[in-house]
Amino acid sequence: MTNAGTTTSARLSPVRSLLYRREAGIIAVAVILVLLFQTFNDQFLSLDNILVILELAAEIVIVAVGEVMLMVMAEIDLSVGQVFALAPFVMYFAHQAGIPLAGGIALGLAAGGLVGLVNGLMTVRLALPSFIATLGMLYAVNGLNLIISNGYPVLTPRAGLLNLVMGAGKLSPFLWALAVVVVFVVVLNKTTFGLHTLSIGSNPVGSREVGINVDRVKITNFVLVSLLGALIGIIEAFRITSIDPLAGGTEIMLQGIAAAVIGGTALTGGSGTIVGAGIGSIVIAALSDGLTLLGFNAFFFDMVLGIAILVAMVLNVQIVSLRKRR
Amino acid sequence: METGEELLRVEHVSKSFGAVVALADVNMRLWPGEVLGIIGDNGAGKSTLIKIICGFHRPDGGRIVLEGREVQFNSPADARAAGIETVYQDLALINDLNVFHNMFLKREKVKRLFGVIPLLDDGAMRRTTEEYLRQMKVNIPTVDAPVNFLSGGQRQAVAVARSLYHRPKILILDEPLAAMGAKEARMILDLLLDMKRTREVSIILIAHNYLQVFEVCDRINWVAQGRILIDRRTADASVEEIMNLVISEYRGEVV
Repeated sequence: MTNAGTTTSARLSPVRSLLYRREAGIIAVAVILVLLFQTFNDQFLSLDNILVILELAAEIVIVAVGEVMLMVMAEIDLSVGQVFALAPFVMYFAHQAGIPLAGGIALGLAAGGLVGLVNGLMTVRLALPSFIATLGMLYAVNGLNLIISNGYPVLTPRAGLLNLVMGAGKLSPFLWALAVVVVFVVVLNKTTFGLHTLSIGSNPVGSREVGINVDRVKITNFVLVSLLGALIGIIEAFRITSIDPLAGGTEIMLQGIAAAVIGGTALTGGSGTIVGAGIGSIVIAALSDGLTLLGFNAFFFDMVLGIAILVAMVLNVQIVSLRKRR
Repeated sequence: METGEELLRVEHVSKSFGAVVALADVNMRLWPGEVLGIIGDNGAGKSTLIKIICGFHRPDGGRIVLEGREVQFNSPADARAAGIETVYQDLALINDLNVFHNMFLKREKVKRLFGVIPLLDDGAMRRTTEEYLRQMKVNIPTVDAPVNFLSGGQRQAVAVARSLYHRPKILILDEPLAAMGAKEARMILDLLLDMKRTREVSIILIAHNYLQVFEVCDRINWVAQGRILIDRRTADASVEEIMNLVISEYRGEVV
């Protein structure tokens, strides 16, 4: 340590830096899956089918990105799937009340953000575990959605170009998802806010000691995940052209978390990868689509996804211990 | 060392937690460039004293005078702003962050994309950290690895280096040698001796091992029952004398 002259600047070798990359496992899995499905059905990599997969993945990844930001801090949001359904209804009712659709979208997003703010305050100020706080919120918002809609779906308002941009256009959901991934890759890895988010997940006490405003960073991330849930809910409303009080729900929330986990983000906090969540979402979408193409029914999808989550967790744990052994 | 005005004076400071008196009446002085060792049993009040100086606790009574002016710290950030850095026993390093992110945490170097969007300047932080650790003769395999890949001694050295980076007036080290092997402890002691040679920073060192404290410190304070009962310069005393003093204190004899 005190012998001068020896270098501190040795950079990691390519092999080692690959091991440091949490996405390594999921990229391998994605490639193997694609080869497998393509071998058994050469329509798998057709342009049409690729678009179907990307559309499916877009929905999952926007939720997954938000969950990564929370899981990195060892927190979670179970209510995001209900915000998914709430936001387009707020937009719908605002539009019915005579507010222009763009204003309705803003109000829908704001409603989502408000749910996130309450989630954050319950977790930080009232010291509820986020699992419990957002579980309560899941049921509360679900009930609210059913009350305001009377349990019936409604038609998505039309405003021409805005519809195309917000989800009705063929590539629109995918482009939104791509934008969200790019923005959050930068936010998590290249900004002080992202660094503080990772820091809090790794060592909350130490983070407070160096002066990071832990509460504010946490609440902000709860708001972000809800905003993302509201955004994808609105996008899907425009894509499907109807607004269903039971859209999204626990299904999309659990798939988002699954994508994050498969992608290499553990719930333990301190590390996580947005890119991994993106690839994880594509893997889930490809699994769902590929198994259907091969003639398996939805029951098999759940079983395969379940096994994929478990294998991903085992791989993560193993890779971490392999890295430690060096 | 004890010439001119003190850098820090702790005057009649007291602190209780409920019915437990942690500090009864503490008077402590620290001169510029001095290395002060604080020893004492667990529960004697060492940690409470340190946490008051570094702004973690507020004293119930008494005052703290820094460079002749009374100061009141409401948070560790206040103390840091006044030039008092602390390396905590549990190491405030963030295990999953790499060395240079730890080095600059909450003081990140930022560059602006398109002149607006503030992004982390990892290149600058990495270069500065490498250069700085080289100056400090702290040798670690790479600044790109998360700090949990470093050994205990390397982590402690990084923590000390981080605290020194912003040139504090006072550096407080809370048991930096605890739970450390002989070789690792030697490394940290050498680092402290290097710092002592330059006399650019005053150091308060909390420790258990009398021999180690005696080697690096100019003066030793022994804390017991919430008071500083022994205050001796190491130049005027031997380890045996101080240990005998402590033993006689334990026996309740008058010093």
